[in-house]
Amino acid sequence: MSRRSDLLLSIADDELILGWRNSEWTGIAPFLEEDVAFSSIAQNEIGHARALYELAAAELGTTADELAFDRRPDEYRCAPLVQLRRLEWARTIARHWLYETADEIRLAALKNSDDPEIAGIAAKMDREEAYHRMHAEMWVDRLLSSEDGRSRLSEAVDELWPYALGVLDDELRPELRRRAEERLGRKLPDVEPVSRGVNEAELVQLWEEMTIVRRSAPKGAQW
Amino acid sequence: MVTADEVWAALAEIPDPEIPVISLVDLGVIQDVEVEGSRVRIDFTPTFMGCPALEPMRRAMETRVEKLGAKADIRVVLDDSWSTDRITPEGREKLRLAGFAPPAPRPAGKLELVQIQNGVHRCPYCGSTDTKLENLFGPTPCRSIRYCNACRQPFEQFKTI
Repeated sequence: MSRRSDLLLSIADDELILGWRNSEWTGIAPFLEEDVAFSSIAQNEIGHARALYELAAAELGTTADELAFDRRPDEYRCAPLVQLRRLEWARTIARHWLYETADEIRLAALKNSDDPEIAGIAAKMDREEAYHRMHAEMWVDRLLSSEDGRSRLSEAVDELWPYALGVLDDELRPELRRRAEERLGRKLPDVEPVSRGVNEAELVQLWEEMTIVRRSAPKGAQW
Repeated sequence: MVTADEVWAALAEIPDPEIPVISLVDLGVIQDVEVEGSRVRIDFTPTFMGCPALEPMRRAMETRVEKLGAKADIRVVLDDSWSTDRITPEGREKLRLAGFAPPAPRPAGKLELVQIQNGVHRCPYCGSTDTKLENLFGPTPCRSIRYCNACRQPFEQFKTI
C-alpha cells in the first residue's frame, strides 16, 4: 500500500470510528441540544470518512463501503483515542476537544500538501471542522468556569492525554502540547504516546456492531 | 444539439432534495457546464460532505440531462471552492421566505463563535435582529438553531461555511 493510501485510511478510520462513538450519544445525551450536536457532528465525521475512503478506494481498486466495512478489526488504522468507549460527559468533551485540536493541526499540514486532491479535501473538511472546534471550545469554557467542571475536565484530559498525542505524527505533537497547555493554563505530563498500530479491545466490539448488517447481507441490503 | 444555456436552465429546475424551495443553481453547487457533442460535463461541488442529499442531486442531474437528449458526466469537485457565499441572491430570498435564515457572509478571517453568537442574524419570520444562538447544530449539517426574542419563534439559520 502506498504512503498516500495509508495516510488517507488513517484519517478516514479516525473520522469513521469517532463518528460512530459520537453517534452513541444519539437519544441519550444529557440534554436535547447536545443530542442534536453530537449526532450532527457524527454525520459530518462520517461524511469526511466517506470522501477519504473514496479517494483511497480509487487508488486501491475497491470501494468506500468495502474499506469501511469489509476489513478485519486489526486492519483499521485509527488512533486508539477514537476507539475508546467513554460514555461519560467529561471524557466525551475532553476527547472531543483533544481530537479537534489535533485534527486542526493535521488539517493545516494537509492543506499544504503537494497532492491537490488531499489539499482540496482537507480544506473542505476544515470548513466543517471549524464548527466542531467552536462547539468543543464552548464546552471547555463552560467546564473551566466552575471548580467541579475544572476538576472533572482535568482528570479526563490527564487520562486521555497519551492517546491524544497518538493521533498525530511525531513532528506535530509539540504543537498539540503547546496549544493544550496554553488553553488549560497548566503543564501536561510527559508520557509515552498511545500511537496507532495496536487496536483497543473496544474497537472489536464497535466493529461487531458496525458491520453486522453488512455481514448479515453481504450482497448488500436495500432500505 | 443541446447548449450549455439549456443545461443551466434545466439544472435551475432541480430542487434541493432537503430544502426544495431552492434549486441546485441557486445553491451555487454547479461550478461549470461544458457541452461536447452529446456529452455534458458538469462540475459539481458538494455542500456538506456528510449531506445525504448529494446522491439524489447527482441522480437528478443525470436524469435531467438525459431528458435533453445528452449524457451527463458529473465531476465532483472536492475542495473548498463552495462556500455559503455562493448561494445566489435569489436563493437567499427563497430561503428566507421558506423560514430559513440565509447564511451570514463569510468573514475575511477565521470564523469565530462570537460572530455566530452576536453577529446580526435576522429572524426570517418577523425581521427582528433580536435573536440568539440556541445550538450551533441543527436537524441537518447545514443548519444551526436560533431563537427570536421578538416573536418568540425558534428558527433555522443556514450555517456560514
